[in-house]
Amino acid sequence: MRIRVHVTPRVGVLDPQGKAVGGGLRSLGFVEVGEVRVGRVIDVVVTGLSEEQALARGTEMAQRLLANEVVEDFDVHVTAG
Amino acid sequence: MRFGVVTFPGSNCDHDAYHVIKNVAQREATFLWHKETDLSGVDAIVLPGGFSYGDSLRCGAIARFSPIMDEVRKFADAGGPVIGICNGFQVLTEAGLLPGAMLRNQGLTFICEDAYLQVANGHLPWTGLCPETIVAPIAHHDGCYYADADTLARLEGEGQVAFRYCDRSGEVTEASNPNGSLNSIAGITNARGNVLGMMPHPERNAEAELGDASGAWVFRSVVKAFLEGEVGR
Repeated sequence: MRIRVHVTPRVGVLDPQGKAVGGGLRSLGFVEVGEVRVGRVIDVVVTGLSEEQALARGTEMAQRLLANEVVEDFDVHVTAG
Repeated sequence: MRFGVVTFPGSNCDHDAYHVIKNVAQREATFLWHKETDLSGVDAIVLPGGFSYGDSLRCGAIARFSPIMDEVRKFADAGGPVIGICNGFQVLTEAGLLPGAMLRNQGLTFICEDAYLQVANGHLPWTGLCPETIVAPIAHHDGCYYADADTLARLEGEGQVAFRYCDRSGEVTEASNPNGSLNSIAGITNARGNVLGMMPHPERNAEAELGDASGAWVFRSVVKAFLEGEVGR
């Protein structure tokens, strides 16, 4: 089972990387581009957990280490395999 | 008075701090490997700059798991003076010893230059002897200080902002803020004032050969505060 944690800059926190990437996309002609936010994806393979347990453990992992909640938001997804 | 300089895997300013403590502040200094758990022999602790654990995940995020950090927390809770410089500041915020967090520099580039610093609170153990402004080089990619509005108001209200980026004349302006830090914050302390985190490197401007040597006042300040019983366990 795989826990996938998406970590993104917290709404309201300046994201200079997202701003630069957005500018790049618009320079390439993607005129429809509005706000861009750059984050990271962390995949954690776990064993011996139910889907519900994996979601709970993944959330705890994100809160305690994978995200810094002062400046980052996260969401957790669980998939088989 | 003896300083302990912590070496994490990836620290690279530990020798600079050690040199300044020995030769400029003229106090004893000892290196503390990050697996050390006995701090009984030291009176002050330096968390130096560098790239602890290769900046994996977030700058300073992994160093908090080093065995020495539990002892540093106890040392700080007991009132012992602690300074985190650059990566050391990032470690202190990640470990929860100081509030807020560091974001990527607003301009996205790694910045390596001298920074003029206004001493925002000159009555702290680490700033008591500092003149109104000092000069200390910055060398960082993630130095944009951020805290939520309540935390920021508390830091300002309680005199916990130690240093702000300023220009040569000591004025804090938008142009003098190199990295986008909120309120131009370059360094803060905990509520008690014994734990200081700062992104600029005072140890890199502590001798006349390297500039105006004004960074030395940070170290001299804490020596005086310690010897006079104003800070310490």
